[in-house]
Amino acid sequence: MESVLGNKKAVAVLLGPALIFFVGVIAVPVVWSFVYSLYTGNVIRGFTFVGAANLTRLWSDPEAHQAFWFTLKYALVVTAGQILLGYALALLYVFVLRRASTLVRTMVFFPVVLPTVSVSLLFSRFFQYAPTDGPINSILKVLGAQHVDFFSAGGTSFIVLVVMDLWRTQGFYAVLLYAGLVEIPDSAIDAARVDGAGGWRLVRHVVVPMSLPVLFSAVIFSFNASLKVFDSVLALTRGGPGSDTTPLNLFMYKTSFLSTDYGYGSTIALLITGVCLVVTLAIFRSSRRDLTKG
Amino acid sequence: MKSKATRLASLGGWGGRKSATRLASLGGWGGRKSATRLASVGGWGGRKAVLRRPVFWYAVLCSLALTVSACGGSGGSAGSSGVKDGKALSVLVTTENTSVPAELKALANGKCKTEATALPLDIQQSPSADIQQKIQLLAGQDALPALFAGGNSFIDKGGDLQKNGQVLDLDKALTDLGVNDKITPAAKSTLKQLYSGTTPSLPFQYNIEGIWYNKKIFAEQHIAVPKTWGELLAAADKLKAAGITPFTASGATSWTISRWVGAYLFRSLGTNAMLDVKEHKAKLTDPQYVAAAQAIQDLGNKKYFTDGISGIDYDTANNQFLTGKAAMMYMGSWLLALVNDPGKNKIGDAVGLMPFPAVEGGKGDINAYPANTGAPTSVNPKLFGPKTQAWVKCIATNYASDSMEQSGTFSGFVMDHPVKNLPPLTADVQQRIDKSTSTVLWFEALFNNKANQDAGGYVVKLLTGSMSAADYMGLLQNDLDTAQ
Repeated sequence: MESVLGNKKAVAVLLGPALIFFVGVIAVPVVWSFVYSLYTGNVIRGFTFVGAANLTRLWSDPEAHQAFWFTLKYALVVTAGQILLGYALALLYVFVLRRASTLVRTMVFFPVVLPTVSVSLLFSRFFQYAPTDGPINSILKVLGAQHVDFFSAGGTSFIVLVVMDLWRTQGFYAVLLYAGLVEIPDSAIDAARVDGAGGWRLVRHVVVPMSLPVLFSAVIFSFNASLKVFDSVLALTRGGPGSDTTPLNLFMYKTSFLSTDYGYGSTIALLITGVCLVVTLAIFRSSRRDLTKG
Repeated sequence: MKSKATRLASLGGWGGRKSATRLASLGGWGGRKSATRLASVGGWGGRKAVLRRPVFWYAVLCSLALTVSACGGSGGSAGSSGVKDGKALSVLVTTENTSVPAELKALANGKCKTEATALPLDIQQSPSADIQQKIQLLAGQDALPALFAGGNSFIDKGGDLQKNGQVLDLDKALTDLGVNDKITPAAKSTLKQLYSGTTPSLPFQYNIEGIWYNKKIFAEQHIAVPKTWGELLAAADKLKAAGITPFTASGATSWTISRWVGAYLFRSLGTNAMLDVKEHKAKLTDPQYVAAAQAIQDLGNKKYFTDGISGIDYDTANNQFLTGKAAMMYMGSWLLALVNDPGKNKIGDAVGLMPFPAVEGGKGDINAYPANTGAPTSVNPKLFGPKTQAWVKCIATNYASDSMEQSGTFSGFVMDHPVKNLPPLTADVQQRIDKSTSTVLWFEALFNNKANQDAGGYVVKLLTGSMSAADYMGLLQNDLDTAQ
């Protein structure tokens, strides 16, 4: 093996295709996007160099600020929800349902494979107000509460969006964390039980520390995916009302492709890349210690 | 000194001079000399290489250019001006536009059969959300179809496509073809207002907008057709008190609400209300403009519109009016297609149309209807050869009567023969169009893409009171000031 890895030609042959693919698919578009962010214009008119004008505009654009804070708020809430719900389900699978968990796992995982647009339609019907009440408003009516037009205000639209995305994705995180939990040796659990640990103490002092590596992976997956949320918002609220539920990705899409402002759209795309990079590095930094080695 | 060819090759990690020679020899160019010659074509070679055989390379380049240009135009036919037709009359319109493709197909199988035999019709459709991006890409490659749905801001005078010479001047073209008089004066007036005095779009449709009302409900509640804004508010009050929803609109199709703002502006400030904004003579943040948005917000505050308007889609709004669940609705004359369909219209002859009422003390004329000429459709001057010209001439001559007979819809072309047995309401609308001496545009007509998006995107917030009238107009003015 050493002789192969010591041979520069062999290394080039082994790494070359992947490197070329990576550069072509990731690096070139990122650099290209950066170049576009220095220009204004479109493909018909041509592009004019504006230097840092797009960046200055981004800095002072209230819509961009709103999209940025919405994205962070959404990412924090959804990540917390996905990890907590997923972990709770995983604990349920391992410690309560045990071998009988297959059916429940399948049922909980089912929404993951459904197309986002279908799920969005389902939830828009669930929370419908007009022309007829959906199930949620019907329940509110039975309970004597007021009808709620969920999609007419930013706050209630956000709640529906979060509930929908949690329902849609929790199965994936439950399975991911379940895979981490089943890797914990039975002997460690048994030893803790012999020492008198049980219930919450067992989970807090044994299970959680031993499943930290997979928890960190799940947090990185979840936070990055939440920062890039697009399809569920577009299908459920279209970013509205106004721009109350518009994340950075949707703001970038609207700016680039609906307002045909490619330079400014590229600047927003760079901001998204930067945010994802900072978040990932921050999470990695906080878990620099090799947790698998205790 | 190392030659540029060698340096070029070494950039890619191919090594030195030997590699450069090897690179050239891969293509069968021979040895070291050929490598130098290859480099000289792109201007990379040294002085000696460039001077060695320039005539030979110019000849090669010229022959290549001639071959390419000869291949590019195959299948086309040239007119007297040298402009060639495409292989077909390619038409690119939105997927949502069903009437224009249907009518063009009907013409191709009927009155324009000769033209369609010479140049077959080829309709392509793309969702409205993507079509302007597609148009941009095609325009960037100089590959626009013969007829295409160019966005207003692109085809307007000073717009990107006009500047690039990718939009045919239809005023001149139709005059040359002897059919300029086939566009109705009302449609011409609307086109000139919309496109700064130019005619870059074929008026496939012509629609006026107003408030459609339920005559039966009005009669039962003893309400006369309102002529002023005050009378309209009084009518809405009376209806609301009687438990009837005065107005319906679609929050999902938000222009059904934002058009109220524009109509109010044209009545309060006159025909030039929005043109003044475009020409920077006024701002949407001026008090009289904010007052229009405030007037519409007041309708929402008084709960005159259907409850839960954000969830109402376009079909539901139409359905609410045509089943008698709402007394009034702002809409264009394209609604006649549903009104004349007994399967959709459950209130029968009770449908009436009134012009948007006058605003007390306003400068606008109640008889000036907001009007449009349908989705903009431009002609590509580079494909306007003799066969395309024949097609356009045939369309201008036959479209109006044919579309009225086939689907009961109005167009901006003159009818070549009167259509008999029109339903009474359709005939009434036709008369209003014929009598109309002036028209006004609609709220978003002169907006750029960003302002257009936001006018619709935020209007539900305006109507439901979660955004102030001043903020709404301020946001749109900001879009006009900053976006492209």
